[in-house]
Amino acid sequence: MESLIAVWEAFPYLLQGAVVTIIAVVGAMGLGLLIGVPMAVGQVYGNRPVRFLVGLYVWFFRGIPVLVLLFLFYFGLFSLMGLNLNALAAATLVLGLTSAAYQSQIFRGSIQSLSQGQLKAAKALGMSDFMGIRTIILPQALRLSIPGWSNEYSIILKDSALAFVLGTSEIMARTHFVASRTYQHLPLYITAGILYFILTWAGMRALRGLERKTRIPGYSHG
Amino acid sequence: MPEFPAVWTASFLSDFLADQLIPALNRGLWVTLALIFPSATLGMLLGIVIGSFRTFGPKPIRKLADGYAVIIRGTPLVIQLFILYFGLPNLGIYFEPYTAAVIGFTLCSSAYHSEYIRGGLMSIKRGQMLAAQALGFSRIKALVWIIIPQAVRRALPGCGNELVYLIKYSSLAYIVTCIELTGEGKVIASRTFRFTEVFLVVGLYYLALVTVASYGLHTLEQKLYIPGFGRGDR
Repeated sequence: MESLIAVWEAFPYLLQGAVVTIIAVVGAMGLGLLIGVPMAVGQVYGNRPVRFLVGLYVWFFRGIPVLVLLFLFYFGLFSLMGLNLNALAAATLVLGLTSAAYQSQIFRGSIQSLSQGQLKAAKALGMSDFMGIRTIILPQALRLSIPGWSNEYSIILKDSALAFVLGTSEIMARTHFVASRTYQHLPLYITAGILYFILTWAGMRALRGLERKTRIPGYSHG
Repeated sequence: MPEFPAVWTASFLSDFLADQLIPALNRGLWVTLALIFPSATLGMLLGIVIGSFRTFGPKPIRKLADGYAVIIRGTPLVIQLFILYFGLPNLGIYFEPYTAAVIGFTLCSSAYHSEYIRGGLMSIKRGQMLAAQALGFSRIKALVWIIIPQAVRRALPGCGNELVYLIKYSSLAYIVTCIELTGEGKVIASRTFRFTEVFLVVGLYYLALVTVASYGLHTLEQKLYIPGFGRGDR
């Protein structure tokens, strides 16, 4: 009974945390998209140094745990660079930079799955490389990336719970705060788990809807 | 203009790096490895069992195993660890930090493994099970000796990815106060305020672990590959 009261009282507070979580996740996904697409294009069509740099970036961000990256950037590199970020901005930025590495590989996969003739045909029609990639390749590749992208969403959402180590006021941090005051750890963390579960489920559903919506009728890939 | 600390000198290298940081991180590395090996092995085995239940089990067991995988994969590992370490004491169940971490990692990775194993199992033609039964194998025997050895090979690329994830997520053990690689780094960084240097080196440790594991898994895939049998999901 006591535990139910604790959950009931904490619930609005945790819901506000869900808003913070959503802000962090949407920000990180957006940043990852913004950096990930040029990286993918660079890795497929770029020259050697570009490919090497992108490869290095991906190797670095995919090989180091998010927790270590959060510590490294928030306590170390950001202040070394003279950036004075609050915890939420820093966590969003780090999650975004990490996600960019993963997203670039999703986009690279879908770019490479398109037939090579498409870019050649675009060039034969007088398009520049840039125009061909922007108007022919990417609109198809991005559509194909949505399933991989929704996977990435569920990973980022779960990783965002780690932002609590920096003191961001998202679901996990708020749960931790309430739980250490009321000692109702079990019911509160289960509640937090349910919130994350709902967010995962709702996001995946929305992205499946997007996938259906952007599908080109009669054009099935592969 | 970023200001680099004046301490990045030879004395920094010898006094700080060699005398303090590296010994502590090596100590943490052993704990990290002691977390990874049991979790990876048990997680894989449990994943095979759950994956088999999800594919061949009777309906109630199948639903139960599906639910398990969905719940574990839909919630963050931190929450699972917190429930194990901070939540279960509410019910009078206490775990050591190390035990809680290993249980959490095992349960979590088993759910992800089960997904890849299920994919592998479903890619094996139904006829193989029928053929095995025609030769007098029981269902269980056919599963263990005929289906699973092939399915695991096909699931290996996915399971390898999961192992790499496990190496990285082993850093969460620090949050439930099991002081491993990340934890040792955090202790030193908080004492000396050299966050950049410490966590760059910690990052290099993980990069080395992940790179070695990926290489090993790639070699294993080549070794287990049956000529003429098709290469996994490629």
